[in-house]
Amino acid sequence: MPLFDYSLLLTGKYHDMLVAGLWLSLQLLAASLVCALPIALVVAMLRLSPLAPLRWLGFAYVESIRNIPLLAHMLFWYFGAPELLPEGVKQWLYAGHIEAYSAIVALSLYTAAFMAEDMRSGIRSIPAVQFEAGRALGFGWLATMRRVVLPQALRVTVPPLISQTLSLWKNTSIATVIGVAELMYQAGQVESATFRSFESFAFASAAYLTVSLAITALATWYHHRFPVRTL
Amino acid sequence: MIELIQDYWLYFLIGQYPNGPLGGLVLTLLLASCGLVLALPLGIVLGLARVSPWRWLRWPVSGFVFVVRGLPLLMVIFWAYFFLPSVTGVKTDQFATMLIALVVFDAAYLAEIVRAGIQGLPRGQMETARALGLSWSRAMRLVVLPQALRSMLPSLVNQFVSTIKETSLGYIIGLAEVSFIATQINTQVFTKPAQVFGILGLTYFILCFGLSRFAYWLERRLARRGLPVVAVTEGRAAARKASA
Repeated sequence: MPLFDYSLLLTGKYHDMLVAGLWLSLQLLAASLVCALPIALVVAMLRLSPLAPLRWLGFAYVESIRNIPLLAHMLFWYFGAPELLPEGVKQWLYAGHIEAYSAIVALSLYTAAFMAEDMRSGIRSIPAVQFEAGRALGFGWLATMRRVVLPQALRVTVPPLISQTLSLWKNTSIATVIGVAELMYQAGQVESATFRSFESFAFASAAYLTVSLAITALATWYHHRFPVRTL
Repeated sequence: MIELIQDYWLYFLIGQYPNGPLGGLVLTLLLASCGLVLALPLGIVLGLARVSPWRWLRWPVSGFVFVVRGLPLLMVIFWAYFFLPSVTGVKTDQFATMLIALVVFDAAYLAEIVRAGIQGLPRGQMETARALGLSWSRAMRLVVLPQALRSMLPSLVNQFVSTIKETSLGYIIGLAEVSFIATQINTQVFTKPAQVFGILGLTYFILCFGLSRFAYWLERRLARRGLPVVAVTEGRAAARKASA
């Protein structure tokens, strides 16, 4: 038996399993990111709103999500939440890929809480006079946000959002717990089928690192291309 | 709901102890505390290596920190679980495996917090100490590090919160911490998954929210006394920002 069997990783059934896992992980990343961004924006708006009950709502969302581990979220959305739904919906869910949907829900809600905080601090870094000037010109609260404050906040907010995306990428691995056949799950499957733990974990590690590196490179590029302007 | 708590609260808190191995919430806390206590010295050493003037030390350590921070914790746990026994020849139990993975993983993140804390101090501190004739290591030990560590205190509490959350992944290698116990209870009760996992979430929330409020209070207190604070709501995000 060779010390490190490359052929296992380059061709054949196990290669296909690992690549399918990587592809599903990337899909989880994309789907969760697309869902998380709008939720995060809404929550950030709630937290900055002039109405106290809305602010509390935003605060409650962020704190309750951030202080519970993602694993507990996953278990809840996979085992717990479907039981609370009506029978018809439940049947329909169990017929499909319920584990993948649960994972996307958990990842999106979890990531959105962190992203909302980054957006909030990005928005708060814009001088208050900008907002006041917008209001003085007759824009409503939402219109001022949308037309004056948010476009300026974008530059400050994107870098932390990219690093949250990096966390999201690493967090997709936790979906393995509820049986989503993503990269970590497939690595485990290949390991138990072939007993080549070194090869399968090396593949998974290299894949995680490569995507992490790409996301970090994106952050560096953005930092140079769109440096933060100071007024 | 009440019945559920009445039947299972002790199992939830301490697992099968004293008739079996310790588990549950107590094991979670024990693991998180041991993890942080052991990761801190390693994190400080790695952080110092990251700012040291010697290239042969700085580069490999930076590489290590970069690799660990690019991997999911789960990957580190899998390496520790499957690979360590085959290299060292010693079969470690789940607790030790999880502890090793946590220490390695958290040390890499703490290293970045330490680095940010050191670099956040005015350069004059180091320069003055050197001008007074102290060597680099003495200047670091006697002048820079004590100040840096103090301003890192809130980040450390936040890191403890992260560590508590991370211990939940022990579930995957069958470590009987609180999430694992919750799934065991869920299997036994079978009909109330939403309540069981709701209680699990609430338990983590009370613990972590309390601690993060404590960190916030510490941060305020340090800020009032005019000490530089390594700005943080979540230790990790701040460390990342500092490195970006």
